Amino acid sequence: MTEGLTDDQKTFADSLDRLLTDTLPFARRQAAVATPGGFDEDVWRQLVELGCMAAAFPEEHGGLGGGPEELMIIGEKFGRHLVTGPFLASVVLGGHAVLFADSDAWKARVLPGVAGGTKKLALAWVERQARHDLHDVATSVRAANGRWVLSGRKDVVPGGAQADVIVVSARASGDRRDRDGIVLVAVPADAPGVVRLDERAHDGNRVSTILLDGVEVDETQLLTTPDRGLAVLERVIDHAIAYVCADAAGSMWQVFETTLEYLKTRQQFDRTLGSFQALQHRLVDLYIDCELSWSMVLDATQALDTPQRRHAVSSAKVAVGESARRVAEEGVQLHGGIGMTMDVPVGHHLKRAVVMNASFGDADHHLGLLASSPVSRESNHV
Amino acid sequence: MCAFYLPGGGVSEDIEQFREEVRVFIREALPDDLRRKVRREHAGFTPADTSRWMRILHERGWSCPSWPVEHGGPGWSFEQQYVFERELALNDAPHVSVFSAGMVGPALIEFGTEDQKERFLPGLANGDIILCQGYSEPDAGSDLASLKCRADRDGDDYVINGSKIWTSDATWANWMFGLFRTDSSGRKQHGITLLLVDMATPGISVHPIPTFEGGEELNQVFFENVRVPGANRLGPEHEGWSIGKYILSLERFGSAEVSRTMAMLDRVREIAAREPLRDGYLIDDADFSKKLVRAGIALRQVELTERRLLFAADDLGAEASLLKIKGTEVQQQVISLMVEALGPYGQLDPEDMSARDNAPLPDAAHHAGKVCFNLRKSTIWGGSSEVLRNIIARSVLELRS
Ligand SMILES: Cc1cc2nc3c(=O)[nH]c(=O)nc-3n(C[C@H](O)[C@H](O)[C@H](O)COP(=O)(O)OP(=O)(O)OC[C@H]3O[C@@H](n4cnc5c(N)ncnc54)[C@H](O)[C@@H]3O)c2cc1C
Repeated sequence: MTEGLTDDQKTFADSLDRLLTDTLPFARRQAAVATPGGFDEDVWRQLVELGCMAAAFPEEHGGLGGGPEELMIIGEKFGRHLVTGPFLASVVLGGHAVLFADSDAWKARVLPGVAGGTKKLALAWVERQARHDLHDVATSVRAANGRWVLSGRKDVVPGGAQADVIVVSARASGDRRDRDGIVLVAVPADAPGVVRLDERAHDGNRVSTILLDGVEVDETQLLTTPDRGLAVLERVIDHAIAYVCADAAGSMWQVFETTLEYLKTRQQFDRTLGSFQALQHRLVDLYIDCELSWSMVLDATQALDTPQRRHAVSSAKVAVGESARRVAEEGVQLHGGIGMTMDVPVGHHLKRAVVMNASFGDADHHLGLLASSPVSRESNHV
Repeated sequence: MCAFYLPGGGVSEDIEQFREEVRVFIREALPDDLRRKVRREHAGFTPADTSRWMRILHERGWSCPSWPVEHGGPGWSFEQQYVFERELALNDAPHVSVFSAGMVGPALIEFGTEDQKERFLPGLANGDIILCQGYSEPDAGSDLASLKCRADRDGDDYVINGSKIWTSDATWANWMFGLFRTDSSGRKQHGITLLLVDMATPGISVHPIPTFEGGEELNQVFFENVRVPGANRLGPEHEGWSIGKYILSLERFGSAEVSRTMAMLDRVREIAAREPLRDGYLIDDADFSKKLVRAGIALRQVELTERRLLFAADDLGAEASLLKIKGTEVQQQVISLMVEALGPYGQLDPEDMSARDNAPLPDAAHHAGKVCFNLRKSTIWGGSSEVLRNIIARSVLELRS
């Protein structure tokens, strides 16, 4: 799975894997999920020290100069070890929103903190009526006496509970479903008028509803112009999709490997379960799903800064999402009764797969995007 | 192997009158809180709720649909039992107790002594007895016959030592029906004895095993010198395997859960009609509504096949296993659609939505995910899909390994 990575990247992947194996055994992971924040602060500090938060940011913003491949490496390991915490929220979503947007002042103000682990960001884009459509934005930002006023409601905001600054997609002009007229706004979490309602997601992460009740912002908090907001948002979300696909792939490999190990040792009918051909074929299918998915992850990751981005990312989301769900369900099934229990990881991998499928657009959403894009009308074998 | 017609296809006037009677009864007798829990796909539903419902049904004489009149049952025809079960599910009422009314009651009527019938049947019928099933052990799951938990003869009593695992609802149960090893000299299917064990007997301890979605149904039960009177043995000593399997075959039949899945599918439709999509609702979306239709067809296949096999009573063999295999598959498909219908909200695991009056979430976000995870069990318990396929391969297709 390390094919095509540089030596430095391989070393980074190994160190990260070792760190998580040593510091976050499953029991400790479970204890962390049960804390109010839902993650292990101590492990988080060590992840910061290892450079996880900085890995994908340019050096000029306090990063280590990596990019999508570093996110992929981290995602794969986090998926394997069922890591919780606001990495996706702060680094991939909030951090990259600021990075891809157009305010140098905000980049200077927050990115070094994100990379150094002292600041946390979040991105708020989901709305009740929008389902999976990024451009369906009712939250409004309107000029009033030289200031701007932000009003609306955002749901299932990853890491909203931990964020110092929340990047919000808001409509500056046009109708609810126009692609034009959307801006990204940086809002300090403690600004007057911001109310947070925190919930848990099935994977143990915290997500929030953010109520914006006449929040006053000034011009400098608008990170994009109204003609750029959606393009930046789509680019950020595509990075996030590539990342969660890597996470899902890591999770799948882990499920496959532990299920394989389990069936090699579990005895029924005076034989190991792995000796039954019906089960051997099931394991082979899991293995095939893992290999196919990893190819899609690599493709999506490498396409992020190319014209193939949208096509590769949506394709990966569909394929990897469905595989992740299937592999985890099979993992539970093949474990039998013990697969249904809290203290065995396999069920928690299933929860992670369900969250992955429900976030950033489900299969139907991405199939719709692919089917309606001109690329799909012509032969696209490259 | 198959019947050539769909019996019960012609609807008689009597049965429609009966159906109406059941509906009226449910409307009047079903407590609101139970209805609410059922409508939340049984999230938070406990054996105490089943007991309460059994008591209400018992007053009407309907708590044990399959029992004959002489044992306190309603003496219904197959058709009536079928309609009753359907109407319960479609009118948001809980099922009758599967263990009491569906499994142990019929086994007692078939194999029990007069004394046992007198002691147990009334409590099973009125909800006073809450049962748990002590079959599986850590090393005896699919290979159930290899069970080792011992019941040693001591005068008129048995003394049990060992443990049972995955025992659903053992914390609620006041009685267990369990399979125990009384002889290990012969074939492993021989030397198994079925005992009814009072859960208050000294020496029993129950250790909950939380399920991964946070449910509290599973337990491991430990026995240390637990003394059970010989009078609590159901059937002959050492011959419990065939009775245990008889009981399991009853479980397998109802466990296609067609009616419950129908009700669930209706609720997915209701959710899809409320979830916004573009300028309309999810239900208007061709992709999603076709998935609903597809699930409906899959369910109809099971329903029709169930009818066909159910009413051809003398044909009821290993074929019934196919109903559980397919019924549970559709059930899992439908509850997954419920999660999918919630879109981004399908990832939520909200603790308590009462504090959210100012920013409500979709109602089903509260339970759909949890139930979806929990129902992964349906293809594992009561005969896993793999074990049932083995049974069909061996008994129906006559394949040998
Ligand atoms: C929620 C829940 C509730 C339960 N409630 C009860 C209860 O109340 N009372 C009770 O006694 N038991 C109960 N069970 C236990 C259940 O009956 C067992 O889990 C089941 O029999 C499988 O046994 P196992 O868990 O040991 O899995 P194993 O037997 O170890 O099987 C693991 C996997 O291998 C497959 N497999 C096994 N053998 C073969 C084979 N020969 N060919 C192909 N595949 C095979 C199985 O299907 C399964 O997928 C419950 C289980 C669950 C999950």
